[in-house]
Amino acid sequence: MNATLAHKSGTGATPWKSGASADRVFHFITASAAWFVLILLGAIALSMAWGGRLAFKTFGWRFITSSEWDAVAGHFGALVPIYGTIVTSAIALIIAVPVSIGIALFLTDIAPRWSRGPIAIAIELLAAIPSIIYGMWGLFVFAPFMAAHVEPWLNDHLGNKTLIGPLFSGPSIGIGMLTAGIVLGIMVIPFIAAVSRDVFNAVPTALKESAVALGSTRWEILSRLTLPYTRSAIIGAVFLGLGRALGETMAVTFVLGNAHDLSASLLMPSNSIAAAIANEFTEADTDLYRSSLIALAFLLFVVTLIVLTIAKLLLLRMNRQFGRTH
Amino acid sequence: MNDSATAIRIETKETPDAAGAEATPGAIVMRDLSFHYGKTPALKHVNMSVPANAVTAIIGPSGCGKSTLLRTVNRIFELYPDQHATGEILIDGRNVLDRKYPLADLRRLVGMVFQKPTPFPSSIRSNVAFALSYYERLSKSELSDRVEDALRQAALWDEVKDKLNQSALSLSGGQQQRLCIARAIAVKPEILLLDEATSALDPISTAKIEELIHELSSQFTIMIVTHNMQQAARVSRRTAFFHLGELIEFGKTSDIFTNPHEQRTRDYITGRYG
Amino acid sequence: MAVPIRRRAADIIAFLFATAATAFGLLWLFWILWTTLREGAAALTPRLFTEMTPPPGSSGGLLNAFYGSAVMILLGLVVGTPIGVAAGTYLAEHGRHTRTAAVISFVNDILLSAPSIVIGLFVYELVVVSAGHFSGYAGAVALGIILLPIVVRTTEESLRLVPDQMREAGFALGLPRWRVTWQIIYKAGLSAILTGILLGVARIAGETAPLLFTALNNQFWSSSLNAPLANVPVVIFQYAMSPYDEWHTLAWAGAFVLTAFVLILNILVRLLARKGISK
Repeated sequence: MNATLAHKSGTGATPWKSGASADRVFHFITASAAWFVLILLGAIALSMAWGGRLAFKTFGWRFITSSEWDAVAGHFGALVPIYGTIVTSAIALIIAVPVSIGIALFLTDIAPRWSRGPIAIAIELLAAIPSIIYGMWGLFVFAPFMAAHVEPWLNDHLGNKTLIGPLFSGPSIGIGMLTAGIVLGIMVIPFIAAVSRDVFNAVPTALKESAVALGSTRWEILSRLTLPYTRSAIIGAVFLGLGRALGETMAVTFVLGNAHDLSASLLMPSNSIAAAIANEFTEADTDLYRSSLIALAFLLFVVTLIVLTIAKLLLLRMNRQFGRTH
Repeated sequence: MNDSATAIRIETKETPDAAGAEATPGAIVMRDLSFHYGKTPALKHVNMSVPANAVTAIIGPSGCGKSTLLRTVNRIFELYPDQHATGEILIDGRNVLDRKYPLADLRRLVGMVFQKPTPFPSSIRSNVAFALSYYERLSKSELSDRVEDALRQAALWDEVKDKLNQSALSLSGGQQQRLCIARAIAVKPEILLLDEATSALDPISTAKIEELIHELSSQFTIMIVTHNMQQAARVSRRTAFFHLGELIEFGKTSDIFTNPHEQRTRDYITGRYG
Repeated sequence: MAVPIRRRAADIIAFLFATAATAFGLLWLFWILWTTLREGAAALTPRLFTEMTPPPGSSGGLLNAFYGSAVMILLGLVVGTPIGVAAGTYLAEHGRHTRTAAVISFVNDILLSAPSIVIGLFVYELVVVSAGHFSGYAGAVALGIILLPIVVRTTEESLRLVPDQMREAGFALGLPRWRVTWQIIYKAGLSAILTGILLGVARIAGETAPLLFTALNNQFWSSSLNAPLANVPVVIFQYAMSPYDEWHTLAWAGAFVLTAFVLILNILVRLLARKGISK
């Protein structure tokens, strides 16, 4: 009849008893590792705040508003690095956002299907290239190119116009905010393009097809259907690109110069927070000097954290709409 | 209101009395079984006695709770924090829904096969032996014998005996499902739960597995969930019809399909709604 | 029925713009790669792999830099991978439906994009200051911290790809959670996790900023990890910024090798992923 009665006599020991305690250990290990990530973030923030406390205490709010950077006299103000960071990141986004959306449109709508994979991979390789390579290329090839061909043209044709003139006047040395902004923009393109492409692809084909059936052109579908539908995600992608641009070090260090003066012209060298730290930390010989640089790092970390959090929140909202993980 | 009362009356007329059922090894008695996904009820006060060593089919339109019913028997729903079951499920006289009933004991007692074949990413032999080597201390030859037994019972031995060390993923869909059956019965459970186990398979594999179910029913208590009424009619001795989480009618399969008592059962069987 | 001129024009402009944008992006890729190839290949000699970094004004090789980088990457893997896999397992398995796991996953993604120079400073404060000197250990820790969120994310994603029914099948057999994870889920997700780790290696191989204040650099052959350790990115940085031509040449050679390494890894990973899908 029921041959399975045999198991009740229990041949083996009860392995599942040890299973329960092994489970508890396993749970503990994995949970601890997960919490470690959280703790790590907090530790980094705290460490930067602690290291910068001397500078914050010494300079107070003037730290952010002063453009003075005098290592000898011990006066450090973050205005120039902050300004340079903002300007180069802004230039980067101005270039990267339209280009990335254009690439996303190309990859989802225009390119022949067989080419979409390879082209997408090529764009992603832009992100894989180490930033120091961007820096070297920028310093030895692109900056001279800018100095020889682009900046003189800008200086001649735009340098004397009202309002935007001061932005484009100055010696054509190649190294400067404009060059750094362009290089940064190129570096940021793959991040925004990848998210945009994924999100464009996620728009339900039924929607796109009904628009086509109504006679819409490609541009109309993009501007009236796709972009409004994916707006949150695109903005999220832009914030993601911004977060990357703000923290980028090596490429900017090579081509921004290490100037401590504020200048209106984009053709002039400047400084960014990351570049300042990279250039000067190993030479910082006083506590106040070091603390000022770490204070800069703290500011950068906090701002980047906020930007990336906004990016993530926007992208998450889109995931909920589409039901995907990104 | 009237209908469910009738349903219970019919049910108790058909089945042996509860006490007797409890005593039969492998029989399942469900008492006032309810289930919730969060706040949404999925099963409502189900009372049912599943006989031992027979095939019982659970049928009903989608969303009626048939898969949910199966998943209460081995408490697989406990993997998900917002799913809760209340009431009792008695197997061999003990309430397995009780928190104190050891989960591992229950899962050894009850085997489950899912809709999509889920072979583990290892060899055929290793798949069948998976739970065996965990529950019992067997010598290498004993293990081999048990693996062979299980594969023979699952009507798969002849097809795989020469390639036991090959990856389980190299088998066809029907073979993979029979492998999953072999894996489930290797530890000699009393009860076998088959949740739409042939839905993803071609007709030939389905026929083979239906034959298998028939042979296994002399040894195991088998509950199958199926949306294929013909399959239920072919394979089972008793059938339970569910609708919106309630057990509407439960009886001999031949009766249910030829002369159901309830209007809702009749409507479903005749295809009024799917 | 002809589309009105204005709408057609807008459409054509969009088409041209998208195509131009893609060409624009690809242009930079090829320009950068071509430059690296041209400058670097000219500097490629067997001596690159046999000699040490030279004093200013003379030529040599990058042997100690290659060695130092390799050692620190390996150690970084040792630091970052176990914690990363464990954390990713928690997020995908134990904590799957909990709010804690959602928050940690969120924070992890932010850590992933955080500026690496800040991480370098963090490790400086933590390791270099307390030890009193720069070291290869500090560099390895910095690389490990950068690798960690990458491994966490790739593990979480890979494990989530394993179908739930496979988990349920394991639990239905009565196996405890740790066995289901180790014997079934890990095996199913292994190749995905490994490809993710490889991409992580490609990323940390090119990181310069975190090494600037941790491992620093070392002109001579150093096998001791407890002292400044030569490494490729920092050597490239110092040599490129210097006024010496021989050093520039070496910097390009190093850039070429580094780029080739990173690109080959990336392409390899994609080929492996593609094979996995078509299987």
